[in-house]
Amino acid sequence: MSALKLEKVCKSFGSVKVLHDIDLTVEDGEFVVFVGPSGCGKSTLLRVIAGLEDASSGSVEIAGRDVTTTPPSKRGIAMVFQSYALYPHLTVQGNMELGLKQARMPKSEIAQRVAEASRMLSLDDYLDRRPAELSGGQRQRVAIGRAITREPELFLFDEPLSNLDAALRMNTRIEIANLHRTIDSAMVYVTHDQIEAMTLADRIVVLRDGRVEQIGSPMDIYNDPDNQFVASFIGSPAMNFVKAAAYGFDKGAVLGIRPEYLTVVDSGRLSGVVTHIERLGAETNLLVDLDTDDTITLRLFGQYSFDVGQKVGVDFDDAKALFFGKDGQRIR
Amino acid sequence: MNKARRNIWHSVAAHGILLTYTLLALFPVFVILINSFKTRKAIFRHPLQLPGPDTFSTIGYDTVLKQGDFIQYFENSLIVTVVSLFFVLLFGAMAAFALAEYRFKGNTLLGLFLALGIMIPIRIGTVAILKMMVASGLVNTLTALILVYTAQGLPLAVFILTEFMKQVSEDLKNAGRIDGLSEYAIFFRLVLPLVRPAMATVAVFNMIPIWNDLWFPLILAPSEATKTLTLGSQVFIGQFVTNWNAVLAALSMAIIPVLVLYVIFSRQLIRGITSGAVK
Repeated sequence: MSALKLEKVCKSFGSVKVLHDIDLTVEDGEFVVFVGPSGCGKSTLLRVIAGLEDASSGSVEIAGRDVTTTPPSKRGIAMVFQSYALYPHLTVQGNMELGLKQARMPKSEIAQRVAEASRMLSLDDYLDRRPAELSGGQRQRVAIGRAITREPELFLFDEPLSNLDAALRMNTRIEIANLHRTIDSAMVYVTHDQIEAMTLADRIVVLRDGRVEQIGSPMDIYNDPDNQFVASFIGSPAMNFVKAAAYGFDKGAVLGIRPEYLTVVDSGRLSGVVTHIERLGAETNLLVDLDTDDTITLRLFGQYSFDVGQKVGVDFDDAKALFFGKDGQRIR
Repeated sequence: MNKARRNIWHSVAAHGILLTYTLLALFPVFVILINSFKTRKAIFRHPLQLPGPDTFSTIGYDTVLKQGDFIQYFENSLIVTVVSLFFVLLFGAMAAFALAEYRFKGNTLLGLFLALGIMIPIRIGTVAILKMMVASGLVNTLTALILVYTAQGLPLAVFILTEFMKQVSEDLKNAGRIDGLSEYAIFFRLVLPLVRPAMATVAVFNMIPIWNDLWFPLILAPSEATKTLTLGSQVFIGQFVTNWNAVLAALSMAIIPVLVLYVIFSRQLIRGITSGAVK
């Protein structure tokens, strides 16, 4: 039985269509990440799954039950929001209890679930505090705790780490990964951050303009993108695209090569002038203006020094090159 | 303020302006208060003098408390003001929530329609209102006043509260929906507490005109049993003779409840005015 099944889900706001025929199945215990540029419809899709927006057409099935017309609270889901969305007038404990109280669950069961969630997220010391008295990271843990106590069939995360600073983001990311290992429920996670997508996901769904561009495991998406958009969206620095014909390839219109597959050589098939250098310690990024007027990025592991204006030769392994047609589709 | 920005002359000037304004604003109230405790002769001979042993008199208060049903007027004013405020806030907030929260056809138009009342003074419709009240048998009831004041207060309330409701986090309302709160629970338990400063602002803006109004009580509810305080005080103002002691005493007493309500709302009010500007 799958945790979530979307069939031909469409969503329009007035005459603007924001989701086009989305089909997706999430298996039990699977961690699926929706990723895409802002405005691609990933949050709207999550809202449709949660029941906060109605699908204009198509059906939503959660844990084998058609919930297309079921209100959010009866769908067996829990959601964690970017802005935490804690109830400001309730304590941490009150926040975690509210949903269960609304469902008229026996008191002993509520107490036990809250205790369990609070232990898992080390919130025991904060149960009597109000959200205003907590730090950002603690607030997000409470929001996750509130989701856990509902013991849902499906967890929904809407950019939960976007409001946290960099260090905390990594910690919370690891906590979410651990949480998934521990409770083993299916999770759907929306983000625009590709690091979160790559590190957390069992499968990534790349969205653009309300359409699914590709679904696959993080490494599939990275190594074997279906089209130029997916290739350029995943990976940082982004993949280089040059006109294939200019370099003697007769396959496809565009040649794509990731920055780390390019090497600096004395005399290679490409040559150009260094226009910028970024030295990050563990790696060195080079921006090179090629003689053929393309600008490419090289990612060299380790520390190197180059001068701006220096002429360099560049080469790559043909096996790592990807080819795309004029329409942006991959030519394999 | 830090040292670099502190300039003695600037603060003297700022305080000078503020003090002058405070004096200007408080002076009429002060004059009413001191004169309400003086004899009639003293009021006219030295209107700005404080009441002394020779001139002190509570005759105004005695007259007011003895004459007519002053307590009754007081009660009427209080009932009309508090009940009207309650309805203005309740219906205003509900309409604002619907306008801010739900997408439906004509949402913007409806919002504009509801705000139209800000620009059109309700007194223009006095004759029609009076006819309506006569037809429905509501003349000389407090209900008539409450209905009119509620209608008068709603446009501004809806307008202000809609803006504030739009600022309440969408996620918070959605979290409530997922936790199984009904739309009413979301409105009363999540949204209303968060827009409390705006509600206080609306309450204060509406309270004073209602409390001080003479027009509608005079036209819609002039009977002895339904007179409000402002209208009741008019009995001391005659065409030829005015009992100034009584008028001043009545006005002094009329200030008190407004003051109390204002103190209750003012803490919230300050937050309401500064919210948005100061985070």
